[in-house]
Amino acid sequence: MPPLLDGFLAIIRRDLLLAWKRPGDILNPLFFFAMVASLFPLAVGPSPEQLVLNGPGVVWVAALLATLLSLNSLFLSDFEDGSLDQIILSPQPLPLLGLGKAAVHWFLSGLPLVLVSPLIAMTYRMPGEVVGIMMLTLALGTVSLSLLGSIGAALTVGLNRGNALLSLLILPLAMPVLIFGARTVSLAAAGDAVSAGIYFLAAYCMLALTLAPFATAAALKISNE
Amino acid sequence: MTALLSANDLCLVRGDRCLFRSLNFALNPGELMFVGGANGSGKTSLLRGIAGLLDFATGHVTWDGRKILDDYQLFRSEVVWLSHRVGFKDELNLIENLQFESALRASSMDKSAPVIERLGLARLTDLPFRYLSAGQQRRVALARMLLAKARLWLMDEPFTNLDKAGQGLVAELIAEHVGSGGLCIAASHQTVEIAAPTIRVML
Repeated sequence: MPPLLDGFLAIIRRDLLLAWKRPGDILNPLFFFAMVASLFPLAVGPSPEQLVLNGPGVVWVAALLATLLSLNSLFLSDFEDGSLDQIILSPQPLPLLGLGKAAVHWFLSGLPLVLVSPLIAMTYRMPGEVVGIMMLTLALGTVSLSLLGSIGAALTVGLNRGNALLSLLILPLAMPVLIFGARTVSLAAAGDAVSAGIYFLAAYCMLALTLAPFATAAALKISNE
Repeated sequence: MTALLSANDLCLVRGDRCLFRSLNFALNPGELMFVGGANGSGKTSLLRGIAGLLDFATGHVTWDGRKILDDYQLFRSEVVWLSHRVGFKDELNLIENLQFESALRASSMDKSAPVIERLGLARLTDLPFRYLSAGQQRRVALARMLLAKARLWLMDEPFTNLDKAGQGLVAELIAEHVGSGGLCIAASHQTVEIAAPTIRVML
């Protein structure tokens, strides 16, 4: 029996290599995020009070939608070319392989969002310390979203046009992340205490990290029948 | 004395159609099982069921006396799977694809050069997988089987897309694998002579 982390590392290495060879997949959600977040001020008006008020919510909604957008393809190409059969039939623990896919997804879609968000925050006139809080909430939130999303992506991989269904499945689970994420940034902007929200996001992230890989593995086996 | 791989009273239902029922077989090291039958008779489903990828309505498959799903991870380390969807990434080249496979299976790539040579793929190692012809892609899938060091080969339509020489090569590889104490279950609508003790099953 191979060591526990072999498959985990192998799938991370392969998916990063694949992403390197088709960079469009990473840039799409990032463009979407930047576009939504920067179009919003044009539509609602550029008055500073409004921007400060709306900023956290807009950034968070854009991040959530951008993540959902990229989730659909998480297992799709593996399913279509038969790699999923091979992965399921490899002597590796399937939850760890699912975790590996989710990790790469976060690294390629969640992390870029976190890194780009300060630029967006600047257009919403967020002060420096609030930007830090926002990045922290986004980092914790996008990890949860990638993990939860991997369950939905695994469940819908065999369906044609599973995208709408995927969003429907994931949104209820993602709501707490959105609410606490956006609210924490708002509180930070208003100068209130933020630790409770951050603790909640961290706890939710840990919960997803512990449970999602097993759910993903079970879902993959069901949809690959 | 029970056989290494055996199936009791298998019945498979897809949709509302029963593809087969009361199917039994027993397979020992050094034996090949050849599953024949028309298109849609359930050959692929039978193989997927044996691999544990889908559930039989009744019956179960045992490996070394235990139901395969009871110790699925052990079973998976003994099996390698070939089907019409070869399961390689279009963007990666042959070596990168096989490296991923060997990492999953903790097998080494040391012996890959002679295998690639034998399968006639030596000149294609730098090309992205999508530039390979269907037959060449099948040959890469054969390379996976040879490198995997698994005892049980499950092959769905192993002769498809291959030229005469390729089909002969597949027959030769199966005979060698079975001859060295391996097990093989091959499903095909074509009949190709394979020099190995063969159990025939018609669906």
